[in-house]
Amino acid sequence: MTTLAKQLVRDWFGGLGRGALLCRDIAASLVKVKPVWRDVLYQMYFIGVKSQSVVIITGMFTGMVLCAQSYFQFHRVKMDSATLAVVSVAMCSELGPVLTGLMVAGRVGAAIAAELGTMRVTEQIDALRTLAAHPVDYLVVPRVLAMLLAMPLLTAESIALGIGAAYLVATFLLGINAAGDWHQMIHYTDIIDPLTGMIKTFLFGSVIGVVACYKGLNCPQGAEGVGRATTEAVVYSSIAILISNFFLTMLLNTLLR
Amino acid sequence: MMIDVRNLKKSFGALRVLDGVNFSIEKGQAVAIIGVSGGGKSVLLKHLIGLLTPDAGEIHIDGQNIAGMDERELLKVRRKFGMLFQGAALFDSLNVEDNVGFLLRREGRTPAPEIARRVAEVLELIGLEGTQKKMPAELSGGMRKRVGLARAVVYRPEIVLYDEPTTGLDPIAADSINQLISLVVETLHVTSIAVTHDMHSARRISRRILMLDEGRIYADQTPDEIFESNDPVIHRFVNGIAEPIGRHSLV
Repeated sequence: MTTLAKQLVRDWFGGLGRGALLCRDIAASLVKVKPVWRDVLYQMYFIGVKSQSVVIITGMFTGMVLCAQSYFQFHRVKMDSATLAVVSVAMCSELGPVLTGLMVAGRVGAAIAAELGTMRVTEQIDALRTLAAHPVDYLVVPRVLAMLLAMPLLTAESIALGIGAAYLVATFLLGINAAGDWHQMIHYTDIIDPLTGMIKTFLFGSVIGVVACYKGLNCPQGAEGVGRATTEAVVYSSIAILISNFFLTMLLNTLLR
Repeated sequence: MMIDVRNLKKSFGALRVLDGVNFSIEKGQAVAIIGVSGGGKSVLLKHLIGLLTPDAGEIHIDGQNIAGMDERELLKVRRKFGMLFQGAALFDSLNVEDNVGFLLRREGRTPAPEIARRVAEVLELIGLEGTQKKMPAELSGGMRKRVGLARAVVYRPEIVLYDEPTTGLDPIAADSINQLISLVVETLHVTSIAVTHDMHSARRISRRILMLDEGRIYADQTPDEIFESNDPVIHRFVNGIAEPIGRHSLV
């Protein structure tokens, strides 16, 4: 193995180890230190309220395009009434959690990594430590808790808006029998579908929070370092969401159905 | 002995920055650590407050060795310290009042009106009364340093560390910081350790100077002894005399 390859492997495992230590510190902080709920609420406002436009547009247009595309395919085989059921199942278990996760990773993950990265390069995190405040208690835990609480709400909103928008497209643009199709949708959407989505989104929220905080706290020096940490936070959390989504789908369908 | 450093070693990759540093500081002493830029002064200072972990050696604060402590144990020890950073390191998102009263507010033991009173008192001491609601971005470099100093002393620590307190300031702002540091030492009777390469500042704010050279304490003398020293290394540093550059090296 070349020196460069060895270095890459060492860096990768080193990063993984430091990430695991951060998770341990977060767990220890949750057990030992009472979270400052005012900070958690502020972060929830930043994550939840400020992400509204992104989540609304993503949810609505995903539902609308999925409805139109499903209808065009089903119409050929005279299965128009399955359109909303497909939209509902796909939005609840896959598209809602994944697309909301990716959008939040882009908007909130980048902002968290940039903020903590800037604090690190300007020695504000060292200053925090000298003032007897643990960075994990003060900076990481409120953000991760807020992500855990805000992500299911954002995902539920995205799913509801997607199905609602799909219903409007089906009824007013595609001319589907509204009452019959709605009944079919309720019939074929199992409680396990939204439950799967909520379990996934909980995990995606923690992935985004931990990856973004880790990248910010371990940001290399200088403006370039902050830029790199921000990019890596978005890329790594998006990749983690996409990969973990496959395994969660397999696992949850095996366990719950 | 309040601070006792024994055989402290630290390397970054192949670069050995501290190579067996030994010194002790008594309670209430005002000490300056001098040495060339990049010589490990700030690294040494950060070891004293546990911001960096040594590769080898011991750092005793009030008899407690902090070298092997984890971050949560260190938080208790750090309550004894105040630190002024080179760039002040004020929290961007908090105003002056919240920056200065950060530790008192976070501890939750002092009532809010008492915190406000103590913040106002220390801001008056440093000549920045009425700036409580200003954000760090609205302050000049000298004002930021003074707010950083206020934040470091408002909770009455036993030891105050200063990392390059006058770097990047004009001579008048630098003099006002030196005056404030002297005032803090005289009025609050704290142990004071300043890292600097500004010899004028070192003489003004300390009663004892440690010179760091090639990762070790090269000299441990009073300011007058340092300024009058005939030792070539000390003499060159104090008087700012660089190694001669031959004409051929430019060509």
